[in-house]
Amino acid sequence: MQLDRTMNNLQRFDVIVIGGGHAGTEAALAAARMGCQTLLITHNIETIGQMSCNPAIGGIGKSHLVKEIDAMGGAMALAADQGGIQFRILNSRKGPAVRATRAQADRILYKAAIRKLVENQENLQLFQQPVDDLILEGNVIKGVITQSGLRFHAPAVVLTTGTFLGGKIHVGDMNYAAGRAGDPPAITLAQRLRELDLRVGRLKTGTPPRIDGRTIDYTKTSIQPGDTPTPVFSFMGNVDMHPQQVNCHITYTNQTTHEIIENDIHLSPMYSGRIDSIGPRYCPSIEDKVTRFAERQQHQIFIEPEGLQTHEVYPNGISTSLPYETQRRFVQSIAGFEHAHITRPGYAIEYDFFDPRDLQPSLQTKTINGLYFAGQINGTTGYEEAAAQGLVAGINAARQVKEQEAWIPRRNEAYIGVMIDDLVTRGTLEPYRMFTSRAEFRLILRQDNADLRLTEIAHDLGCLSETQWRKFSEKRNAIERHTQHLQNTYLHPDLVNVEKCKEYLGTGLRREYSLYELLRRPEVAINSLKQIGAEGVADIKDDVAEQIEIQAKYAGYIERQNEQVERLSKQEDVKLPKDINYAAVIGLSNEAKQKLSEIRPITIGQAARISGITPSAISLLLVHLKVNSQAKKSA
Amino acid sequence: MPKHKLHQKEPICALATPAGRGALAIVRLSGRKVLEIANQITNKNLTPRHATFTTFLDDKKEIIDSGIAVFFKSPESFTAEDMVEFYCHGNPVVADLILKTLCEFGARLANPGEFSLRAFLNNKINLAQAEAIADLINCTTEQGVRTASRSLQGEFSNRVNLIDENLIQIRTNIEAHLDFPDEEIDADQIAELKVKLKDVDFSLDNLFKIAQQGERLQTGASVAIAGKPNVGKSSLLNSLAQSDIAIVTEIPGTTRDPLIADVNINGIPVRLIDTAGIRETQHKIEMKGIERAHQNISQADIILWLTDVSLDLEMDPIPAEIDATKVIRVHNKIDLVNGYQTNDKEIVPLSVKTGQGMQGLLNKIYEKLIGQPQGDTPFLARRRHLNALQQANENIAAALIRLDENRELELAAEELRLAQQELGEITGEFSSDDLLGRIFSEFCIGK
Repeated sequence: MQLDRTMNNLQRFDVIVIGGGHAGTEAALAAARMGCQTLLITHNIETIGQMSCNPAIGGIGKSHLVKEIDAMGGAMALAADQGGIQFRILNSRKGPAVRATRAQADRILYKAAIRKLVENQENLQLFQQPVDDLILEGNVIKGVITQSGLRFHAPAVVLTTGTFLGGKIHVGDMNYAAGRAGDPPAITLAQRLRELDLRVGRLKTGTPPRIDGRTIDYTKTSIQPGDTPTPVFSFMGNVDMHPQQVNCHITYTNQTTHEIIENDIHLSPMYSGRIDSIGPRYCPSIEDKVTRFAERQQHQIFIEPEGLQTHEVYPNGISTSLPYETQRRFVQSIAGFEHAHITRPGYAIEYDFFDPRDLQPSLQTKTINGLYFAGQINGTTGYEEAAAQGLVAGINAARQVKEQEAWIPRRNEAYIGVMIDDLVTRGTLEPYRMFTSRAEFRLILRQDNADLRLTEIAHDLGCLSETQWRKFSEKRNAIERHTQHLQNTYLHPDLVNVEKCKEYLGTGLRREYSLYELLRRPEVAINSLKQIGAEGVADIKDDVAEQIEIQAKYAGYIERQNEQVERLSKQEDVKLPKDINYAAVIGLSNEAKQKLSEIRPITIGQAARISGITPSAISLLLVHLKVNSQAKKSA
Repeated sequence: MPKHKLHQKEPICALATPAGRGALAIVRLSGRKVLEIANQITNKNLTPRHATFTTFLDDKKEIIDSGIAVFFKSPESFTAEDMVEFYCHGNPVVADLILKTLCEFGARLANPGEFSLRAFLNNKINLAQAEAIADLINCTTEQGVRTASRSLQGEFSNRVNLIDENLIQIRTNIEAHLDFPDEEIDADQIAELKVKLKDVDFSLDNLFKIAQQGERLQTGASVAIAGKPNVGKSSLLNSLAQSDIAIVTEIPGTTRDPLIADVNINGIPVRLIDTAGIRETQHKIEMKGIERAHQNISQADIILWLTDVSLDLEMDPIPAEIDATKVIRVHNKIDLVNGYQTNDKEIVPLSVKTGQGMQGLLNKIYEKLIGQPQGDTPFLARRRHLNALQQANENIAAALIRLDENRELELAAEELRLAQQELGEITGEFSSDDLLGRIFSEFCIGK
């Protein structure tokens, strides 16, 4: 401390965020929105908001996360609206619960949008320099030390270092230390963190070679246009924010491609044994695809534009770590790519991650008080997963500073809750990615109702702008008002035009129906009610109409899932004390004792989700809790 | 104790008395809405702390038994929740039917020690007893596991696992459609999935029927011995009861009341009921006896219709009111007819006196009870398993409807998730991560 003052570089903040990626920016923004003096330290301010992998935001499961972040005042969806050059609704012909938004983004525009939000955020400062060390006092975080020895102090630090911890890039038999192609890794910090009492694992992921779009013959590919009308990502966004829209294209690998890859498979570091860390099953390299699904004649490649100002494209579907020469040959065997020029070779990257089971559901580490982890460092993959964790870590870092209890989203509240509970309760063996099938309450956790689920919570947490709160309140009021109107307004068969009824309602009316009842019919929409001239529906806005329709049509299932939620919520309400000694719980099996001691669940509900914890173990825990509380009372 | 309102948990039910036959059995029901459930099964409005004599009706309003029901209002009950106790006859089949009906009306079967646990958590049991409860949970769980693993051996478990596997296959395909619409996967199309799901539905149906037969092994069946007077009904009962097969109890009544014997036929507990001879009579007491005989016959799982072959067979038709599908026709006293012969395989020739044909009769009863349409070896299945199978079956039926209508894939997926959760009660947990693992190993997914 003495030293700090003499060096005159002591700076105090409430929250320090290390890393300027998707987790770091959302964390810093959230903490700052909540009124905390926040410092975001990155090794390079120019790369804030960088999309290091494919240039797209959203997709199934992922767009659910983006909309949730958005509903809580986060940046990702707004940046996607400002950077998106092609928008699609996936699963548009399936039910609302599995519909998802996906935006192809211009890297530069997206990054600029994030940068602008970060720079204009009150209470938020930026600083450029690698962080080399953490200041610890016992097991309490006090701040960070940068490469040049500068010290910054804060009671809460959020670490979002992505793949930069001990990062190592592989291309063929070459490998070198890196955080992402073109950026140095954070080796000193990685070494420092390895000294802490946290379990470290190693994961890998890969990218495809980038191609100069001018060297692609698009006539040999098929066009994939965006949707019309153009979807909008943010609840606060609109189509006018979108830049110029462009198409994606699709091409395929072929037998020749596969032969080239098979012949050189021994040169792939994954097959030569040079990489033994685990990659994601859902994002296999082209080597993996060709080997594991040898019977396939072709594999699909999405040609995604990197932006409006660049010719570079991202051929999604051929991530590889084969040597450059092999990459060039197999790429040029693909229809449309015959003369393709590779601008950046594909590569595989290995990096450290920390076992997320060493985290509390607040994303604070169990061992270091005040230290939070968010993003790929926790074993996840994807911008959206990272950003969602950033949001939670930022909120909870701020709450810790304010001496408030952590906010822990539940599995029935948000995909964010599903993800964090999965991570801290079950850990992960591969890079964790969100899918809708991970959410048991899928039918009530939809992208369309993310605001109804979370915006009020965000408002209460203090991380929402007044503007967003007002807009949301208006929408929610409109939904309530119109729903009531629809429920209380009846349509008498004698008073409507029979022809119109048949045309817009499918069948005529045999008796009096409320408008809401009619809405429950699969083929009836609010628009149909407008067409038959039902009263009081003309001014229902589209987003309000959508919500009312979904609630009416899903009603039975929503009710059933709500019942399940209610049944489980009693368990979620029972907190397990931090100092509980599982070895002393009478009757628990050794396996259960060990698992519970390791995970240290926060609630009975979380305990029940640990694999191998039986209902009878839960009963024994309840008995133990009761006995202890009675013993304390009588003491 | 603070005066805040107690939170009532979901309704649970269990047999409170030891399994098996006794004079009485007590079924307990605890939790929220139990009064509604009790009023349904009794068709009465129970008042707190009043013993109400009542019939117990199943969900189709058929009488299961009669007995007494008592409502204990929260917090004045064993668990401190609203509770109802049903006192019925000490017959495992009856108690099981009551439990089954309570489940139909919205209760679920209690876990081992769950009543005591609730009592403890609601301050109804003192601290000193806590350890005992922990022991109880542990010991009954172990017992439960043993019982379950016994009932899960062999054929039953194989079949459930097969159904489970097929269900996983279907879910893998449906979830792949939902989570990876942009991928070119060779997932089954909806029409194919429907066919496969119908198969699952069919096998589950079959399994459920078989499992019900399996359940009979545990809870027993009733066999009525009927026929005209003096065809040898009582002798048959005595002979069966006194043979090597184990005698459980023997309750002699008056000559006109049915004689009852609990015996064990090839491992199945069977209650034999000797009925009064059926004939036209003006005698009031005998008429009462015949009336009761008819009642016994109508309630029995199997009716042995005895005929004296030494008399004119033409004069002995089976009365029309007897359900012919339950009848085994027995020709008794073959020792009195020289060169007796019959080509009808449905008829069991017997001489109670010499013991000839006795084994054939036992085999026939066994065959009829267990049923042989699938030619399966019988196995045990407990009520919990039956409930799980039935629930899964309902979810699958609902999923089929969802696939039919508008192809509501995500709703079908929800039904199938629930179906698998039910099967998981028998086969073990299948997590969403397991499901994803299947999708990735089956389909080439990933850009």
